[in-house]
Amino acid sequence: MAGKPSLLRSGSAVPLALGGGVAFLFVASLLVGPAGLRVDQSLTALISGQGDAAVLVMREIRLPRAILAVLVGASLGLSGAALQGYLRNPLAEPGLIGVSASAALGAVLALQTGLAASFVLALPLMALAGALGAVLLLVLLAGPRGGAFTLILAGIALSALAGALTSLVLNLSPNPYAASEIVFWMMGSLADRSFTHVWLALPLTLLGWSLLLPLGRGLEALTLGEDAAEALGVRLTRLRLRMVLGVSACVGAGVAVAGAIGFVGLIVPHVLRPLVGARPGRLLGVSALGGAALLLAADLAVRLIVPERDLKLGVLTALLGAPLFLHLIFRTRVRAE
Amino acid sequence: MTVLELSDLSVRRQAREVLSGISVTLRPGECVGLVGPNGAGKTTLMRAALGLLPHEGRSSLAILPQHTRARTAAWLPQMREIAWPVSVETVVGLGRTPHFRTRPAAQDRAAVADALARMGLAAYAERTALRLSGGEQARVLIARALAQEAPVLLADEPIAGLDPAHQLSTMRIFADLAGEGRVVLVSLHDLGLAARFCTRLLLLSGGRLVADGPPGAVLTPQNLAHVFGVRAFMAETPDGPVFQPLEVVEID
Repeated sequence: MAGKPSLLRSGSAVPLALGGGVAFLFVASLLVGPAGLRVDQSLTALISGQGDAAVLVMREIRLPRAILAVLVGASLGLSGAALQGYLRNPLAEPGLIGVSASAALGAVLALQTGLAASFVLALPLMALAGALGAVLLLVLLAGPRGGAFTLILAGIALSALAGALTSLVLNLSPNPYAASEIVFWMMGSLADRSFTHVWLALPLTLLGWSLLLPLGRGLEALTLGEDAAEALGVRLTRLRLRMVLGVSACVGAGVAVAGAIGFVGLIVPHVLRPLVGARPGRLLGVSALGGAALLLAADLAVRLIVPERDLKLGVLTALLGAPLFLHLIFRTRVRAE
Repeated sequence: MTVLELSDLSVRRQAREVLSGISVTLRPGECVGLVGPNGAGKTTLMRAALGLLPHEGRSSLAILPQHTRARTAAWLPQMREIAWPVSVETVVGLGRTPHFRTRPAAQDRAAVADALARMGLAAYAERTALRLSGGEQARVLIARALAQEAPVLLADEPIAGLDPAHQLSTMRIFADLAGEGRVVLVSLHDLGLAARFCTRLLLLSGGRLVADGPPGAVLTPQNLAHVFGVRAFMAETPDGPVFQPLEVVEID
């Protein structure tokens, strides 16, 4: 009885490989950009601070962009894995079920009302509030016993509502340029971000991670259902609260700085699940790493595929993720028949 | 010595009392069968005893801190849920949740191997639990409860849907666990198996405990007619007690 991953063994090959992948993509992300710096120029500039323009490009443009890709990607992967584990439903994903759209609504309100300009933390906090409201509503409407169907319906309703309210805000916006800027921002991107964005997202992101990462044991026990998990000593009310707050903080912070980037939280746990023996607890950490790797790779791809056009990151992840989502629905349907 | 003591345990749902004033003491060594028609309150009694439901009265399990209770009592719910395609060994290993914080120790591994062997699942350890048949999944979940190695075991219709051989072997395991000095409370609809394997039966009807005693004293023609609405054949044979329901009776 050796080899396959199970509760009684904890292989570290998968996390190590993913960690290596993240490190590799992080460096690659620092070396690719329209400035066309050579590798040695880039690294010298980054480390020593020699060479004016190169230092600016590396330290003010590429480094924050790569860091944000890691923060936002890890948050999305981790949130997806946590939501799926808690709801025991592989279709749960912050973007798909309206959490990102609600966070975006909060962010748009902060931008349009001028709150964001007068108080730096208003943007992430409003996005957090939007995400929090959405997750609470979802847990209320489609708790673990609601099933896949209820969850998706609740998600559609929530996305539609948040989208309509966002449109309303833009509709009533007195300044058409500001409105179109916000529309582009909502597609999700990491282009032209600075360290201000990193510092804006970092505290809430770390808070979210610290709430979600220790949920592993509880999520594992939930494999057996709520009753059995509670009898095994899992405090369900506390787990639910941590899950709701953690996902909201992660997604809220991510949306506040990068817009709504969908499907990362769906793709990553789906791809990694077989590698950890389908265990929802072990899936948390590896999904965070996988999310960071995926977003770094996607952000590299938008720079490499069409460097002259500003292809939005969220557009690319949706193009990758939507077909997978259709595939998952198809499989759910086949299983139900 | 762990005993399961319920005193005046009641559960109210909205205004209706679905469990009223249950007082019993179950001692180590007893394999107690919880019988009664659908909706009699069997599941409610077990969940209230575990403290999983708001209740009045007192249960010696429900008053324990959650962590201690998880080490004291294993609970096998009727709903057989395995949410993810994890291995059989992983499911059974979840029974060790109350026993370790971060890493399972040698004794956790031993308990899992033991439970798998006991349920005849040793060869299934690496298989994906969700790809097994319904009856096999039920046995995996029973093995999970065994791996918890708690002095009290509460099982809600654990043998429903099992083939005859596994119904017999599972009831034998429950009887043996009681024989090893544990408290076993198992709800079941098969009164024949209840009569054969349980040392004591609790008969519930409409949320009340209407009979409590050895199978022969509980499965009387009067109780069967009034509580279950059936007439049955019951006899002591060289192979032990034999019980067979015969027909539905009308009560006036």
